[in-house]
Amino acid sequence: MTGPRRVHDMGGQDAGPIETEGHVNEPWEKRMDAIRMLCGQRELLRTDEMRRNIEDLGPGVYTELGYYERWCAAISNVLLQKKVISVDELGRKMAEVEERWTKARKS
Amino acid sequence: MSERFSVGDRVRVRRAYPPGHVRAPYFTRGKVGEVQAIAGSYRNPEQLAYGITDAERLPLYRVIFRQSDLWSDYEGGPKDTTVVDFYENWLDPA
Amino acid sequence: MTNEHEHTHGHDHDHDHDRTFQPDIEDSPFTHYQVMAEALGELLIDKGIFSADDLRRQIEHLDTRTPALGADVIARAWTDPDFKAKLMENVNEATESIGVDAGDIPIRAVENTPETHNVIVCTLCSCYPRGLLGPPPDWYKSRAYRSRTVREPRAILAEFGTNLSDDVEVRVHDSTADLRYIVLPMRPDGTDGMDAAELAKLVTRDCLIGVSLPDDPGGA
Repeated sequence: MTGPRRVHDMGGQDAGPIETEGHVNEPWEKRMDAIRMLCGQRELLRTDEMRRNIEDLGPGVYTELGYYERWCAAISNVLLQKKVISVDELGRKMAEVEERWTKARKS
Repeated sequence: MSERFSVGDRVRVRRAYPPGHVRAPYFTRGKVGEVQAIAGSYRNPEQLAYGITDAERLPLYRVIFRQSDLWSDYEGGPKDTTVVDFYENWLDPA
Repeated sequence: MTNEHEHTHGHDHDHDHDRTFQPDIEDSPFTHYQVMAEALGELLIDKGIFSADDLRRQIEHLDTRTPALGADVIARAWTDPDFKAKLMENVNEATESIGVDAGDIPIRAVENTPETHNVIVCTLCSCYPRGLLGPPPDWYKSRAYRSRTVREPRAILAEFGTNLSDDVEVRVHDSTADLRYIVLPMRPDGTDGMDAAELAKLVTRDCLIGVSLPDDPGGA
């Protein structure tokens, strides 16, 4: 019996050359890392739950998002699922941040 | 915790393809390797991933595969290997 | 094909310690996920899940986990057989015994010998001994590395300038479970007179992952 390969399960597939040039993590990425650790310490987020949510983003989204974008999407989903935050709260806070940042750019 | 396998046992990775969170990579399914080490026991990630906090503890095995057994057209060295860590539920005797 | 790299803005990143609630680079566009990341942090602080201070301290701690710690650990193992034995048993306990906190996730060392060369990958996600070394390089997380390393490790090594004889067993470790791995490279020839501090300079991050060998003494 065989079955489909899930998009994240990529060991053994063909791919291009290694691009050794990379970047230093940006502040927002470090913040995401820190949020992950702090939520993990408070038993609000397990690594396995985060991985499952990343994998479930599925083909397309998984490949389009950057590494920390996947973390952000997955961690948000876990916290929503666990009712630590609500969709409404997160949406309102995101709108607030966006407005603040847009204003900061115009000034 | 009693382990089903010992160091040196030949084991086959199960040919199962469930959806959901698994840590047995696709490239190993159905392949035969040898238990190189028993790495302790840890809680089943397939349960932890779904919020089951009292997940069962499973022995974790380091299984070593000859590259030539994993890839029919392997072009590297004849002694080359890959070692993968498996929870006990993914292994059968070979 | 797919670009696995993060967004690069083409300039140096300074330490923006005080700009917690400002976008990173004020003149460039911000993304949906940068907004989400910011909002998530603020919301969790509002709810008292953690404080702004907790967040700042956590970021500072993460910044202290670097490959230099790994280099010190390896250099010590090269010069202290008792420490090496402890390291081969359990990296976290060994580093704790010298005052280095490698975190809770278990890390194990795999030793290079004349017969065996080890290289580490995580095909399923990008598991890496972050507790000791900090975040992995972008290439380690890339589709190319995660896909090809288990399949053609020597080709990967060659791209890093590392070529090994067919007599050597190239052993790839796919970090699929709870353990993380660090390579203990062989001490380079011609280093007999060197102390741990000098030896540490030869130990690059890439040789801890296994795609390279340590630098030669007096090289470059």
